[in-house]
Amino acid sequence: MTMQSDVAAGRLSPDEYRRNFDLDATPPLTGRQAVIEANRCYFCYDAPCVEACPTGIDIPGFIRGIATGNVKGAAVTILEENVMGGMCARVCPTEILCEGACVRMAQEEKPVAIGLLQRFATDALFEAGGQPFARQPSTGRRVAVVGAGPAGLSCAHRLAMFGHEVTVFEARPKAGGLNEYGIAAYKAVGGFAQAEVDFILALGGISIEHKALGRDVSLGELRREYDAVFLGLGHNAVNALNVAGEDLSGIFDAVDFIARLRQEPDKSRLPIGRKVVVIGGGNTAIDAATQARRLGAEDVTMVYRRGPETMSATWAEVEWAQTNGVKIKHWAQPRRAIGHGGRVMEMEFEYTRLDDGGRLVGTGETFTILCDQVFKAIGQRFVPSPFDAAAGEVLELSREGRILVNEDRETSLKGVYAGGDCVPGADLTVSAVQDGKLAAHAIDRALRA
Amino acid sequence: MASIASSFIGIKSPNPFWLASAPPTDKEVNVVRAFRAGWGGVVWKTLGEDPPIVNVSSRYGAYSYQGARVAGLNNIELITDRPLEVNLREITAVKKQFPDRAMIVSLMVPCEEESWKRILGRVEETGADGIELNFGCPHGMSERGMGSAVGQVPEYVEMVTRWCKQHSRMPVIVKLTPNITNILGPARAAKRGGADAVSLINTIQSIMSVDLDLMAPTPTVDGKGTHGGYCGPAVKPIAMRMVAEIARDPECAGMAISGIGGVSTWRDAAEFMALGAGTVQVCTAAMTHGFRIVEDMADGLANWMEEKGHATLRSFQGAAIPNFVHWEDLNLNYKIIAEIDQDLCIKCGKCHIVCEDTSHQAIGALRVEGQRRYEVIDAECVGCNLCMHVCPVDGCITMVEHKTGLPPITWKEHPNNPMRRPLEATPAE
Ligand SMILES: Cc1cc2nc3c(=O)[nH]c(=O)nc-3n(C[C@H](O)[C@H](O)[C@H](O)COP(=O)(O)OP(=O)(O)OC[C@H]3O[C@@H](n4cnc5c(N)ncnc54)[C@H](O)[C@@H]3O)c2cc1C
Ligand SMILES: Cc1cc2nc3c(=O)[nH]c(=O)nc-3n(C[C@H](O)[C@H](O)[C@H](O)COP(=O)(O)O)c2cc1C
Ligand code: SF4
Repeated sequence: MTMQSDVAAGRLSPDEYRRNFDLDATPPLTGRQAVIEANRCYFCYDAPCVEACPTGIDIPGFIRGIATGNVKGAAVTILEENVMGGMCARVCPTEILCEGACVRMAQEEKPVAIGLLQRFATDALFEAGGQPFARQPSTGRRVAVVGAGPAGLSCAHRLAMFGHEVTVFEARPKAGGLNEYGIAAYKAVGGFAQAEVDFILALGGISIEHKALGRDVSLGELRREYDAVFLGLGHNAVNALNVAGEDLSGIFDAVDFIARLRQEPDKSRLPIGRKVVVIGGGNTAIDAATQARRLGAEDVTMVYRRGPETMSATWAEVEWAQTNGVKIKHWAQPRRAIGHGGRVMEMEFEYTRLDDGGRLVGTGETFTILCDQVFKAIGQRFVPSPFDAAAGEVLELSREGRILVNEDRETSLKGVYAGGDCVPGADLTVSAVQDGKLAAHAIDRALRA
Repeated sequence: MASIASSFIGIKSPNPFWLASAPPTDKEVNVVRAFRAGWGGVVWKTLGEDPPIVNVSSRYGAYSYQGARVAGLNNIELITDRPLEVNLREITAVKKQFPDRAMIVSLMVPCEEESWKRILGRVEETGADGIELNFGCPHGMSERGMGSAVGQVPEYVEMVTRWCKQHSRMPVIVKLTPNITNILGPARAAKRGGADAVSLINTIQSIMSVDLDLMAPTPTVDGKGTHGGYCGPAVKPIAMRMVAEIARDPECAGMAISGIGGVSTWRDAAEFMALGAGTVQVCTAAMTHGFRIVEDMADGLANWMEEKGHATLRSFQGAAIPNFVHWEDLNLNYKIIAEIDQDLCIKCGKCHIVCEDTSHQAIGALRVEGQRRYEVIDAECVGCNLCMHVCPVDGCITMVEHKTGLPPITWKEHPNNPMRRPLEATPAE
C-alpha cells in the first residue's frame, strides 16, 4: 500500500467538465412537451398538490395557463405565491412535495411533472424580460432584512410590493444565500441564481448593504432605526464529527467544498481526491458526493450511520447519487481519521445498529476506507453568535437551537421576525420563501395597524 | 377464423378498408404503395375535365387539441390537378396489377349530361369496378357549380345519378356532403336516381383557426385564408349520425352505404358497420400515420369478430340500427345513479366540481379524518353520466341501474306530454 495522497485538479477533459456542471441535470421541456405534460393535469378540485406546496402555488391554475398558451399568466400565478418559483422549479424535492401528492401518483405512479412545468413558465417569463409586479404607493416605513437568502429576499420583495422601503444586510459578497453558495451546480446552470436576484431587485425599493449582523451592525441598532426587522440568517455553523484526527488536512466541511465549487467558474482548477469519503445522509452529503464524482473522483463512498429509511435525502436524490456512481454504505459511524504527514489517508468506521431501546449503538466491529479527501456533511446549525445577550438581544430558541417563531414568523422580541433555515421546520428553499412571505404579510399588517 | 372479405354492391375486396378519394389516392405511386400495404380498395382522387384545376400553396390546417397533433384536419385543395389522360392510364395499370382490389373512380364534371357521358365512357375503359360521384367538395368546386353545389340540391343529385346509371354499366356510389340540414334529402334523391350506394361524409365547411398575428384564417395563402373542408377523428360522431339516419330510413332501404369520416382504427370501422355501412373509407388517419395502419385495422377487426362470434361482416352489419331510436321512444322510467368505487378513487375531485358547478349538486366533498372523500348523494343524482365521463380513472365511477319498479313509459305516453297518445291502462284524470 503506497502512502501517497492523490489529490489533483484537471482530471477531466474540458468537455467532461462542461457536461458535468454546465448542463441541466434535468433538461427543460420544449414548448410541445410542456403542452402535452400540462394536459396530463386533471385540473383537480381542492388539488392535493397545492396543499403539498409549502408556498401554496395554484398549481392546476398555472398549468392550465401553459395548456392554453397563456404562459405569462402561468408564470405570474407561480411568482405571486413564490417569487423564487424559478429556483424552486429546479431544486425542490418535488417527489416529496407537489408531485408526491399529485393524484396521478396514486393513479399510476407517474405524477404530472409540476417542477418542469413550473420551470417552463418561469423561464419563459425571464427570457421575455420585464417585471410583472408593481409597488403599491410608498408607506414611508422602513424594514431591515438580515440575510439575502431565499427567506430574506422573499420577505424583502413582498415588503417592497406593499410599498415599504427595505434594506437587506448581507455578510457575503453575493446575494442569494445558498442558491448562490449551496445548491448543486447542475441544478441551477447558466447563472440562474443571480438572474433571479436581479429579477427580485428590479422591483425597486430594496437596497443591499454588505454588512454582517453582530459585526458591522447590531440587532439593537436595527430595531431602533427600522420599523421592523426580519432575520433570514440561515445556518451559520457546521456540526463537527468530534473524532480523533478531524483536523488532518484533506478533511473539509462539505458546505465549504460546495461553496467553493459554485464560485469557481473554471471547474478544472478544483483539486479533488482520487478516493473520497463523504460522511452524512442528507442532501448536502448527496450533493458533495455527486459533485466530487463529477469532478473526476474515482471512488466516492457516502457513509451514513443509520439505515436508508431515516436518510433525510429523498429517494430521488439517493438514486441520482447512485446513478452518478456514488457508493452508499449504511449503519456505520466514524471513529477516527488516520493520517500520514498531516494528511488524511484512511477513515475508520464502526458498524452500528439499534439496541433494544431503539438507540443507535456501535457494534465494536470496525472497518477502514482508504481516502484522499473526507467531506463532512452531518448537519448544519444556527448559533446565536450575531446577537449580543448583554445588550438584551435575547431570542427564545428551540431545543436544537433555532429561533422560535409564531405563525406570523414573529420571534419572542416584538417587531423582530425570522424565517428560513434559522427557524424550526424543513430546510428547503421553498419553505424559506414561504417564511419570508408570511413574515412580510404580518409586518405589513403590523405597520398599517 | 372470421372472414373480413367484403362484397359491396358486387365489388369484391379482401377487406372493407378503402382509401377515400383524396391525396393518398392521387397517383399510381401512392395507390400501389397502399395496395402493397394491404388496403382493400381505393376511391381514386376525383377526376375532372381538362384543363386540370390549379391548387394553392399552403393547403392543410390541423386542429391540435390538448397537445395531440391532428385531432382534425382541414384542406383547401381541389380535385386532381393532373391531366385526365395521365390519371386514366395509371388507373388502368394499377387495376391490372391488383385485380383483387376494389378500384373506384371519383368523378366531378359540370352539371351537363354530355360532360358526364363523355367521362363515363373513358373511365369504363380503365377496367375500374365502379364510380363515386363527388357531390361533396365544399370549397373551390362548389363555387363553379360542382361538388356540394350539386349535393345540396336533391333534384340535381337525382338527375346526375340517373345520367350515370344510364350511360354506364358500372355501379354508382353517390358521395354526400354533410353541409346540409337534412341528409335524407340527397340520400333519397340518390336512391330515386338509381344509385347503388351512397358514401358519406365528405368534409365539413370550416375555419380551422385564426392566425392572431396575421389576422387571417388558417391555412393562410399569402396573408389570406378561406374556409376549408374538415375531416379526421373530430368529425366521426357527425358522420356516424348521418350514416345511421340513412341506414334506418325505409325510403333508402336496399341502398348500400360506405362510411367515411374519422375512421382511424378497426373499432371505428366496426362502429360504422354496426350502423349499417358495408365498407369504410379512410383519409386523415392514413395522412397522419401512413398506410401501415391498415395492418392493425384488418387484424383488429378479425380478432374482435372472432371473439364475438361473427363469421362474416354481414353478421354484425347494421346490428345497432334497431336500437337507434327517436328520443320519444326512450323509456322515461329507466333510472341510473352514479356509484364511486372508493378504493379506485384518486381524490381529484373532478366529479364533485363538475356536478356542483354545472349539474345537480349530487356529489359531496367531504373530509374524513383529514382525508378527501367524494360521495354521491343518491337522491340528487339524475344519472346524467357527466361525472363518469370526467373521472380520469377507468371503472371508478359507474352508472348503476336503480330499479324504479315502474313499467316502461315513453314521452309519447307521458302525462306531461300535451300531445300524448292515451294509454289504455291509464286511469281517467
Ligand atoms: C449543499 C446544500 C444543498 C441544498 N440543496 C437544496 C435543494 O436542492 N433543494 C432545496 O429545496 N433546498 C436545498 N438546500 C437547502 C436550502 O438551500 C436552504 O433551506 C435555503 O437556502 C434556506 O434559505 P435561508 O434564506 O433561510 O438561508 P440561506 O440560504 O443560508 O441564506 C442566509 C443568508 O444570510 C446571510 N447571513 C448569515 N448570517 C448573517 C449575518 N450575521 N449578517 C448578515 N448576513 C448573514 C448568509 O450569508 C446568506 O446569504 C440545500 C442546502 C445545502 C447546504
Ligand atoms: C386533402 C384532402 C383532399 C380531399 N379531396 C377530396 C376529393 O378530391 N374528392 C372527394 O370526394 N373527397 C375529398 N376529400 C374528402 C375525403 O375523401 C373524406 O371524405 C374526408 O376526408 C373524411 O374522411 P376522413 O375523416 O377519414 O379524412 C379530401 C380530403 C382531404 C383531407
Ligand atoms: S351522474 Fe350527473 S347528476 Fe349524477 S352524480 Fe354524476 S354528474 Fe351528478
